[in-house]
Amino acid sequence: MSTAIRTATEMGLIGCRRCGHVMQRPETVEGSSCARCGAPLRWRKPQSLERCWAFLIAAMILYIPANTLTMMRTINPFNATDDTIMSGVIYLWVAGTPELAAIVFVASVMVPIGKFIALLILLISVQRGSPHDRVGRTRMYRIIEKIGHWSMLDVFVVALLVALVRFDLFGRVEAGGGAICFGGVVVLTMMASLSFDPRLIWDTPEKT
Amino acid sequence: MALDRWVVCEQCDAVYARRALQPGEVADCARCGHHLYRRHRFDLEILLALTLATAIVFVLANIYPVVALNAQGAYNAATIWGAVVATWESGVAPVAFLSALLVFFFPLSQICLFAYVLLGLRRGKRPAEFSQAMQALSLMQPWSMAEVFMLGILVAIVKLHGVMTVIPGIGLWSFAVLTLLLAALTSYDLQDLWDIAERVDQGESV
Repeated sequence: MSTAIRTATEMGLIGCRRCGHVMQRPETVEGSSCARCGAPLRWRKPQSLERCWAFLIAAMILYIPANTLTMMRTINPFNATDDTIMSGVIYLWVAGTPELAAIVFVASVMVPIGKFIALLILLISVQRGSPHDRVGRTRMYRIIEKIGHWSMLDVFVVALLVALVRFDLFGRVEAGGGAICFGGVVVLTMMASLSFDPRLIWDTPEKT
Repeated sequence: MALDRWVVCEQCDAVYARRALQPGEVADCARCGHHLYRRHRFDLEILLALTLATAIVFVLANIYPVVALNAQGAYNAATIWGAVVATWESGVAPVAFLSALLVFFFPLSQICLFAYVLLGLRRGKRPAEFSQAMQALSLMQPWSMAEVFMLGILVAIVKLHGVMTVIPGIGLWSFAVLTLLLAALTSYDLQDLWDIAERVDQGESV
């Protein structure tokens, strides 16, 4: 990489995560606080990899019931239909709104699974001390941080349908356990990506 | 050594000397591409006006129904809070709790905290709880999901359209505007407010 760039660690500096203030790195970072805003100073996010793994594994386990349990139950005077995330997507496709099916599919299936894969790649590559394509991996981290919360879409749709469709005569919509699990998956994947410290990607030495 | 001439990249630890930017310009990290800092197009006055506008629209979006349904004479309208309550009654309390936080309480807190911080700074004094308010703002940022809920409303409308008559309410338009204003407001770099607070402490006018 460019020789002109120096890191804060090399220069004996440290930046505050909360206010961005840059100061000399104290002898012991642990227990020191920022001179400007008083936030505790950290060299890297604490237990970044352990916390990220824990949240990620929990999210992946919870993703199974999120997909198999009922997301939404539609009850009308004649019958009741249970919908999971995928059957909801298929319903939208068959009902003649493929654009909508695509939006829900991207938000509820592609984004969470993409996030699982991206976090796995980041965690494993950092643990192996890989020097490969650090720019690309940092960019990948930024992308999953930006798009992760869009997965909450289907949970909000269910909440709205439950609120709107409640008629004595024409039926009603109820939310199922799948909605709870799916909300949990989104929260857990967000916690996982927030725990991950992208600076770890850059901490390993260049291969010579 | 004036250390605030430096900026450290949050994502790759590279150090740069700060330079003056043109309004609207963004400084990116040369190594990893992260946005380091930017110069905003709006100053404190505009930011405060934006906060006030967001507060007004937030109230409108919450008192008026977002959508109403008409199924052969049977009529039902839902506000945002109504959706939370209905989800709660439907037996999925965690979903109701989550929606209330992400769509109601976090955006509301963001608006209140911005107003608190900005009103103080504009009066030329750092508010008493400035540090705590700023921390709360930065913690809440990733969890405020008005824009996702907005898309959710649209998906719900299309799903119901055709089965029943869907009537968009004042709450829908207000919520759409709220989404845009909140996005503009929270795009403001919180670290800049720390720099402004420091200048205020030194008696400079901002």
